[in-house]
Amino acid sequence: MKKTISTFLVLLAIWVLLTGFNWMEVVLGAAVSLVLAIIISRFVNYSFGFGIILGLIKFIVIYIPVFIFKLVLANIDIAYRVLSPKLPINPGIVKVPTKLKSDFGKFVLANSITLTPGTLSLDVEDDEVIVHWVNVKGKTSGEHQSRISKTFEKLLGGIVK
Amino acid sequence: MIITSYILMIIGAIFLALGGFGVFRMPDVYNRIQAGTKATTLGAFALILGVGFAEPSWFLKIALIIVFIAITNPVGSSTLARAAYKSGVSATLLQKQKEGEDK
Repeated sequence: MKKTISTFLVLLAIWVLLTGFNWMEVVLGAAVSLVLAIIISRFVNYSFGFGIILGLIKFIVIYIPVFIFKLVLANIDIAYRVLSPKLPINPGIVKVPTKLKSDFGKFVLANSITLTPGTLSLDVEDDEVIVHWVNVKGKTSGEHQSRISKTFEKLLGGIVK
Repeated sequence: MIITSYILMIIGAIFLALGGFGVFRMPDVYNRIQAGTKATTLGAFALILGVGFAEPSWFLKIALIIVFIAITNPVGSSTLARAAYKSGVSATLLQKQKEGEDK
């Protein structure tokens, strides 16, 4: 039941964003979303309660600005590396431990690592993210973690589990 | 307003071009994926936001498109890189080969 309602709300939100707010459209979208939600809810593996609203606001206000800032930094970094004639890279693969437990938390962390300066997440194995790094600095995994994912871990730790 | 949209579109186009250039210049598969992903993500964001500023009534759709790009683009590149990692491509091998050839 909870899954059905969650699926219904997600589908309806996407529909409203796509069509614009108009009563006829919302009623039609709600009807189609309800039917679809009843059919596909047994295949989805997520559900949420009222806590999601607070989480979403926290996510947008706290996490998104940091993320956009890091993304711009990453692009300037990669532009510098691509355009400089010597190609200053020192690539390597490192393992970064994470404390996040839920699938969604790990997913957001891996996406953030991919879009921040010089790092690309390859795989998630239990509690470790395998990361390709253009310019490896430091030797221990603690050092790697403090350079790659500490900011995001701290921010995400307060929002998702 | 329209000036903002033009500036954003030009920034997006520049980053997309840099992404293509990066794929061309980087020495091995991981670095190519890196250059490709980051530049295309921000490039697409800026380009689509520029379109959103030019046509304010499309803004909700634009927001939805940006959310989907932010979710799918890193996942796609991670999957490609994961396939390379699983099939045993070393990160430093090609780099060292290249240095050896230079000497």
